[in-house]
Amino acid sequence: MSYLELFVESFATLALNKVRTGLAILGIVIGIGSVIALVSLGQATQQSIENQIQSLGANLLTINPGAQRSGNVRTASSSNTLTNEDAAAIASSSEITTIKSVSPEYSSRSQVVTGSSNTNTSIIGVVPAYLDIHKVTIDSGSFISQSDVDSLSRVAVVGPQIVADLFSGSNPIGQVIKIGSQNFTIIGVTVSKGGSGFNNQDDVIYVPLSTAQKILFGASHLTSIAMEANSSDIMTAAQDEVGYFLLSRHKITDPSKADFSIFSQQDILNTASSTTGTFTTLLSGVAAISLLVGGIGIMNIMLVTVTERTREIGLRKALGAKKRIITIQFLLESIILTFTGGVIGVLLGILASYIISVVSGSLFVISFSSIFLAFAVSTIIGIIFGWYPARRASNLQPIEALRYE
Amino acid sequence: MQSIIKASHISKIYKTESLETIALNDVSFEIKKGEFVAIMGPSGSGKSTLMHILGAIDKPTSGTYLLDGENVGSLDDDQLSDIRNRKIGFVFQAFNLLPRTTALKNVMLPMAYAGIPKEERLETATKFLKLVGLEDRMFHTSNQLSGGQQQRVAIARSLVMNPALILADEPTGNIASDQAEEVMGMFKKLNQDGHTIVMITHEPDIAHHAKRIIYVRDGKLFKSL
Ligand SMILES: Nc1ncnc2c1ncn2[C@@H]1O[C@H](COP(=O)(O)OP(=O)(O)OP(=O)(O)O)[C@@H](O)[C@H]1O
Ligand SMILES: [Mg+2]
Repeated sequence: MSYLELFVESFATLALNKVRTGLAILGIVIGIGSVIALVSLGQATQQSIENQIQSLGANLLTINPGAQRSGNVRTASSSNTLTNEDAAAIASSSEITTIKSVSPEYSSRSQVVTGSSNTNTSIIGVVPAYLDIHKVTIDSGSFISQSDVDSLSRVAVVGPQIVADLFSGSNPIGQVIKIGSQNFTIIGVTVSKGGSGFNNQDDVIYVPLSTAQKILFGASHLTSIAMEANSSDIMTAAQDEVGYFLLSRHKITDPSKADFSIFSQQDILNTASSTTGTFTTLLSGVAAISLLVGGIGIMNIMLVTVTERTREIGLRKALGAKKRIITIQFLLESIILTFTGGVIGVLLGILASYIISVVSGSLFVISFSSIFLAFAVSTIIGIIFGWYPARRASNLQPIEALRYE
Repeated sequence: MQSIIKASHISKIYKTESLETIALNDVSFEIKKGEFVAIMGPSGSGKSTLMHILGAIDKPTSGTYLLDGENVGSLDDDQLSDIRNRKIGFVFQAFNLLPRTTALKNVMLPMAYAGIPKEERLETATKFLKLVGLEDRMFHTSNQLSGGQQQRVAIARSLVMNPALILADEPTGNIASDQAEEVMGMFKKLNQDGHTIVMITHEPDIAHHAKRIIYVRDGKLFKSL
C-alpha cells in the first residue's frame, strides 16, 4: 500500500467514527486553545501595565511630602513639608548634578462647571517643565507658559476626557470654565494617554502652579515635586543626591525620620512587573493544567481507540499486514487527529485572545512560544499515545489480538 | 507427493491463573500437496486451535510445524505475515470481517498488503464476490450482511490471493444446505486446480466431500477411518 493510500484509508477510518474522532479533536482543541488564550491574556495585561507606567515619563523621580513608611503602613500624605523653595533649590543648586529638570506640582480635586455640564476632576497646578517630565503632548492650543505662572493667569489646559465630558467633543479652546468659583479660559488640549480610574491621565485640568496655590486652593506648599534624571542608569544616585540635599535643607539628620519620600519610575515599574509577572505565572500555571487535562483526554481517547481496535489489528496481521504498515496507519491517524485539533485549537485560542482584548480594551498579544509549546506538547502526546498501543497490539500473536476484548 | 503440512509433536496448553487447558496433546500428522482434508470432532476438542496453528496465526506451546518445508517456529513476525498473505487463505469460524467496511474492501484487503495495484485488486475482488454469489452485496458493510453472507465474504477473501493452502473453520456452519453444496463444489474445483484444502466441519454430509477425514478428540488425533 502506498503512503497516499494509507493516508486516505486513515482519513476514511476517522470519518467513519465521527463521535470518537470529534471527542479526540475536542480534547486537543481545548488544551491548545486555553493555553494560548490564557498566556496571551497574562502577557497583554503585563504589557499594558508596563506601557502605561512607561508613558508616565522615563527617568522620572517623584518626591512626596511626609509620606513616611512606618513598617508597611504608609501614613496619609497630607503634610505641608514640600515647598516651592525646595523645588527651586533643587533646580538651582550646584550640588545636584544628576537632575535635568524639576517640576513642582500642586494637585487637588475640584468641581468644574461649564454651562449646564459639571464634573468633579483632578486639578494640577504646573510649571512648563511638567510637559517634558511627564511626557504630556499638546493636541491643540498651547500648554501653560512661564509667564502664565508668573502672572497668575486664569488659563487652563484640559485632557481629552474633560473635552468629552464637558464639551461633548467640540473644540473647547477659548471657552470659559468655572473651577471652584473662578473662571478660567481654556488654552490647550492634551493628547490622550490612556489609564483608568484614579490614574486617568486624560481626566485632568492643568492650571498655572501659582494660580492653583494662591487663587484656587489657598496653599503655600506642594503636593509633589517631579524630576527628570539625566539618564536611567543613575536613578539610584539621583535619588540619594536629592534625598540628602533635602534632608539637610530640612535640617533632618536621621534619614529614617525624613519628612518626604522619593521614588523612581523604576521602583513602580519593578513592583508592577513583579505583580503582573506573578499574574502571568499564575495564568501559565492554569494553562499548563488545562494542557495536562487536554493531554490526558487525548491519551485516553487514543488508548481507547487502539484498544478497541486490537481485534482489527489482529485481523489485519492475520491477512498479511506487516508491523510497519500497522504502525504507520495508526501513526497517520494520530497525526491527522492532533494536527487537525492543533490547528483548530490555535485558531480558536487566537480568536479568544482577540475577543478578550477587544472586550477588556487591553492589548492583543500573541505569544508564538505558547503556540509552539501547546502545539508541540499535544502533538507529542497524541502521537505517543496513538503509536504506543498500536505498536503493542501489532506485537501480539494475531490470534491473541483477535480474541482481545 | 510432497507434504505441504508436516506437524510433529504439537502441543498447545492454555494457562490461566488457576487452571491449565491442554487443547492439543502431542499431535503429529502430515498433509500432502493437493489433498482435501476434513477435520471432525466434538465441540471443544481442539479443532480451531489446531487450525490456528496451521494458519500461522498462533504458535504451539511445543512441537515443530513445517509449512511447505519451512519451519514456521523460526520465522519472525513480518515473515509470518508474508507467508499468511501469500500461501494461506484462512476462513475464520467467526468470519472476522473488518467492521463498518464494505464487502468489496474486505475482500481487497489481503491484496492491498501484497502490494497489488488497485485496479487489479478491484477486478479480482469483484470476480470472487461474484463466485460466492454476492455481486449485488459488494457495497454493503459487514454489519449490513447476514451471517451466511458474511461467511461467503470471508470465503471470497480467503481465495483472492490464490493461496496454495486453504484453511476453512466451519465454512458452511452458517449457510443453507444448497449454498453449502455450492461452496463445496467451489472447494472441490479449487482442489482439482491443485489447491490443498483443510476444512473443519460438524456435518458428515459436508465431510464426505473431502478425500480424507481426521478426527480430533480431547486434543488428540484419530486418523482417517
Ligand atoms: N484462549 C484460550 N484460553 C484458554 N482456553 C482456551 C482458549 N482457546 C481455547 N481454549 C480451550 O481449548 C479447547 C479447544 O478449543 P477449540 O476452540 O480448539 O475447540 P473446537 O474444537 O474448535 O470447538 P468448536 O467445535 O466448538 O469450535 C477448549 O476446551 C477451549 O475451552
Ligand atoms: Mg472451533
